[in-house]
Amino acid sequence: MSDSSARGAANAVTLIRDARHWQTGERIERAFANGQVLERAPAAPDRVIEAGGAILAPGLVDLHVHLREPGQTAKETIESGARAAAAGGFTSVACMPNTKPVLDSVAWIEWVRHRAEKALCRVLPIAAVTVGQEGAQLTEFVALERAGAVALSDDGRPIMNAGLMRHALEYAKQTRLPIVVHEEDLTLRGDGAMNEGLTATRLGIRGIPAAAESVMVRRDVELAELTQGRVHFAHLSCKASFDALRDGKARGLRVSGETCPHYWMLTDEAVADYDTRAKMNPPLRSDLDREATVEAIADGTIDCFVTDHAPHTEDEKRQPFDQAPFGIVGLETALALTIAGLVRPGHLSLSRALELWTEAPRRVFGLPEVSIEPGSPADLVLFDPELEWTVDTSRFASRGRNTPFDGWRLSGRVLATFCGGQQTFALEGAPAEARA
Amino acid sequence: MTLTVAPAHPASPDAGFFVAPPALSRTRHLLGLEGFSGAEILDLLDHAHTYRERWRTQGRAPSRELAGVEVCHAFFEDSTRTRASFELAALRLGATSVAFTAGGSSVSKGESLLDTLQTLAAMGVDLVVLRHRSSGAAAYVAQQLEAGVINAGDGMHEHPTQGLLDLLTLRDAWSGRFEGRRLAIVGDIAHSRVARSALHGLLALGSEVTLAGPSTLMPAEIEALGVEVARSVEDAMAGADGVMALRLQRERMESGLLPSLSEYARVWGITPPRVALMKPEAVVLHPGPMNRGVEIAPEVADGGRSRILAQVENGVAVRSAVLSRLAQAARERRAAHL
Repeated sequence: MSDSSARGAANAVTLIRDARHWQTGERIERAFANGQVLERAPAAPDRVIEAGGAILAPGLVDLHVHLREPGQTAKETIESGARAAAAGGFTSVACMPNTKPVLDSVAWIEWVRHRAEKALCRVLPIAAVTVGQEGAQLTEFVALERAGAVALSDDGRPIMNAGLMRHALEYAKQTRLPIVVHEEDLTLRGDGAMNEGLTATRLGIRGIPAAAESVMVRRDVELAELTQGRVHFAHLSCKASFDALRDGKARGLRVSGETCPHYWMLTDEAVADYDTRAKMNPPLRSDLDREATVEAIADGTIDCFVTDHAPHTEDEKRQPFDQAPFGIVGLETALALTIAGLVRPGHLSLSRALELWTEAPRRVFGLPEVSIEPGSPADLVLFDPELEWTVDTSRFASRGRNTPFDGWRLSGRVLATFCGGQQTFALEGAPAEARA
Repeated sequence: MTLTVAPAHPASPDAGFFVAPPALSRTRHLLGLEGFSGAEILDLLDHAHTYRERWRTQGRAPSRELAGVEVCHAFFEDSTRTRASFELAALRLGATSVAFTAGGSSVSKGESLLDTLQTLAAMGVDLVVLRHRSSGAAAYVAQQLEAGVINAGDGMHEHPTQGLLDLLTLRDAWSGRFEGRRLAIVGDIAHSRVARSALHGLLALGSEVTLAGPSTLMPAEIEALGVEVARSVEDAMAGADGVMALRLQRERMESGLLPSLSEYARVWGITPPRVALMKPEAVVLHPGPMNRGVEIAPEVADGGRSRILAQVENGVAVRSAVLSRLAQAARERRAAHL
């Protein structure tokens, strides 16, 4: 974040009035200047935002996004991805290293950090576990941590070699970095393109069994025990995986897990009839798995939410189903889908749901705490949980338009986002914009 | 035209990147038999029957019925008999055919399917007969093109004209009655577009379908479509009114799905003793090409129960009926544009 990208002088005082506290619901006001929340509002702030009862929360954090830079800027750039993040209420995103080339060296981690200096949110690079994500040679974990990597992952690919995974977990103990694992047994996945089940059978599409994910989660729970290493399971999607994670936690292991809105919102029936916008990996699963996702969230098995924001060009997605790439975008719909799928049906309170997008991910990666209280960095989001809107991908800040939620009517809209005290997003027509 | 009932799958109002049209956007495309009503299928079979009887009694000189209609046979995957059958069908109705094959074409130079098909569309063909290795390819093309699309086999999804020719063959064998009849389908169900089309058609017509095959080649949750899965080929064939043997591909062994051809032939082959388990008037079908001695014993393939050559004859008639129906819609569209 550089000051030049955002509005207003750094030392100007902004006052948000008549907001609601994201945890207590009480009416509050908050002032911030120089990037920090102030102890008290001065008598004459430079700028006043009338929140009108909107909720003020710490900026959301997404530990799992694909910004596609370097190498695939037609899909997304750090700049466009960060803009999408700001529009979704995010102030920090951790970007996966499966770029072209792969983020597997200090030079590339520094390159991403440099490119992100002017971006509209904090961009935290994740470094590859193995050189080129080829699953053979470990990267320089210690140097990568010093260069600013916040985690290690070969996401997009599993670490199929159990011996190598063991060594990665052992070696990573010399850092504070978790190993984030994309769990997929490639021999079980085969040429599969969607969840194995009736829909795949009907459509004649090769299936990916849920066990392709869960056998690897089971394996890595065992390796977490063997090594006492730190494992974070990426984008979990099925009941057997949640059971394995639950088991690992019960055994006191250093394991954690994340899931994404599409796994609690949709089932593999969204793929009928060959809708490539619903093609993702892990694939959308059965209704039983969808229910298990909600249960794992509600009982605390899931540690945090992520979007797995995976933008692709329209041309790439406009192919026969088996040839189209996996992935959907998620930054700009995450909050509303959380309200629609978890809060409104009563599975989670709004404050707990927000915690899973704010404090929880910070804990998982050991990031500095952020709150809306005095002294905290002013990474804030102001949103209206009741405001209805229609998802319109043509208005997305992301370059990716690939989401099955296009056209959905949802409630819960970000009105304004502030990162380091700078306003990074203002909803058109919202008070935060009108009075800016 | 009787194919005017409401679509089985309402199209999404928010059709975005790629939401396929319903299995048959009725008069316009033939993408699969799933969603067809029994009445619609019988109507098409009647139409095919008319052609077949005409050719049997009056010879096969080309008619002028589809004069001026341009049909592109776009085969992105190897095919001999299906392609020949479609080309003959078009020829006998007087349509103009152009052929397009993937080998040596722009496709092998890396052009996308969509680009290739849009090129064909720009040439203004009325109907595209498409074979492609990707399931859903026909639906995908149908969504993108103005032309009517006939699915001539898409991946592991459907092969609807094969399904219709199987049904026509069975209707002859079963004296026109589908209710209360039961067909056993044996072999590699998982990878078979032939099996999928046949079972959708038979279920719509009130017949029962029993599947049998190695468990590595049985697709997940297929019983939910309304079929039974038998434990053995004997169980499937006992008392059946017919059996359809599916072709087994050698690559199934290489990918670890089966131990050997001889094991397969021993456990799942359609042999004379197994045929004897069926009803006395039961018939044997095979979509071809056959691996004699593997999925079907030579004496069964050439025996009195076999309707394999009748299937081939019926294929031309069925494809003529489909071309005729969809050409009518294409002509109407073209007239509307003039």
